[in-house]
Amino acid sequence: MSEIELKDIIKKENLVYERSKVMTDNVLSFCPGCGHGTAHRLVAEVIEEMDIQSETIGVSPVGCSVLMYNFMDIDMQQAAHGRAPAVATAIKRVMPEKFVFTYQGDGDLAAIGTAETIHACNRGENITIIFINNGIYGMTGGQMAPTTLPGMPASTCPFGRDVEIMGNPLKITELISQLAGVYYVTRQSVHTPRNVRSAKKAIKKAFENQKLNRGVSFIEIVSNCNSGWKLSPVAANKWMEENMFPFYPLGDIKVDGEIVSK
Amino acid sequence: MAKIRGAIVVDIEKCKGCGVCIPACPNDVLELAKEVNGKGYNYCYMKKPEECIGCANCAIVCPDGVISVYKVKVA
Repeated sequence: MSEIELKDIIKKENLVYERSKVMTDNVLSFCPGCGHGTAHRLVAEVIEEMDIQSETIGVSPVGCSVLMYNFMDIDMQQAAHGRAPAVATAIKRVMPEKFVFTYQGDGDLAAIGTAETIHACNRGENITIIFINNGIYGMTGGQMAPTTLPGMPASTCPFGRDVEIMGNPLKITELISQLAGVYYVTRQSVHTPRNVRSAKKAIKKAFENQKLNRGVSFIEIVSNCNSGWKLSPVAANKWMEENMFPFYPLGDIKVDGEIVSK
Repeated sequence: MAKIRGAIVVDIEKCKGCGVCIPACPNDVLELAKEVNGKGYNYCYMKKPEECIGCANCAIVCPDGVISVYKVKVA
């Protein structure tokens, strides 16, 4: 076996992977280990691969990912809390040839923005919605969100969510998959290489669906919030596998307008 | 049989030391350094560079996209 020096491997012609050029050089504002960064990068990679950087308009939400326009080198609009699908509707209707996506967290999409989400989906707007579900309000200090699991502690329910008092968690992804205007619904995660590859395929499919003009493509990404959950990044990913995935099972829910039977 | 050798370059100042890349590596190449970067994070580095195969698993799970991957075939 011939020996090879590191400096002979690290050459431009041997490069197989680097951060997407559709992302800016700014350091991401997220906590260490947060799935938002991976999800941002996947969106950027899909835009780069499809070569639609100049034709894509993103709508960022209120929440941790509010500064998405700082990190993505594309046209972006920041929407009022929960109103991203309404803003995306307007952008897509004015410029139907553009690729329009919203990027929202669970507090934005499933709480204050429930009406906008459901009605944009029901109208069958030809947009892509990327929904990051970490079961908590991450940015404001880990309060209980509609998606918080039964028994899961949060800063406003330190002894765990009691469904008798606080109600049941909302599976908004299953809810909107019932609507006729929705063309593609899937649930993914970004904590292991396999899941990242699968999530990237789903995001690519969602963007390609916009060419077909069939309706909303909705991607839920179950993510961690290690700061809000008070765990280390690696432990948070493990906790997510053990607790989030049984309640929010990964996989396609609706493909090409047909509900996938399970 | 051709052998694959890989290497990663970590943007040390942007690494936040979350450690998500470490379980993603099939060959247990990565580790967090004892030293810290300018922001006080223990950045990631290759503790066993000779075992890297350039699969890019670490890079695609890195939330901050600080890892670049290089791969070469050694005869």
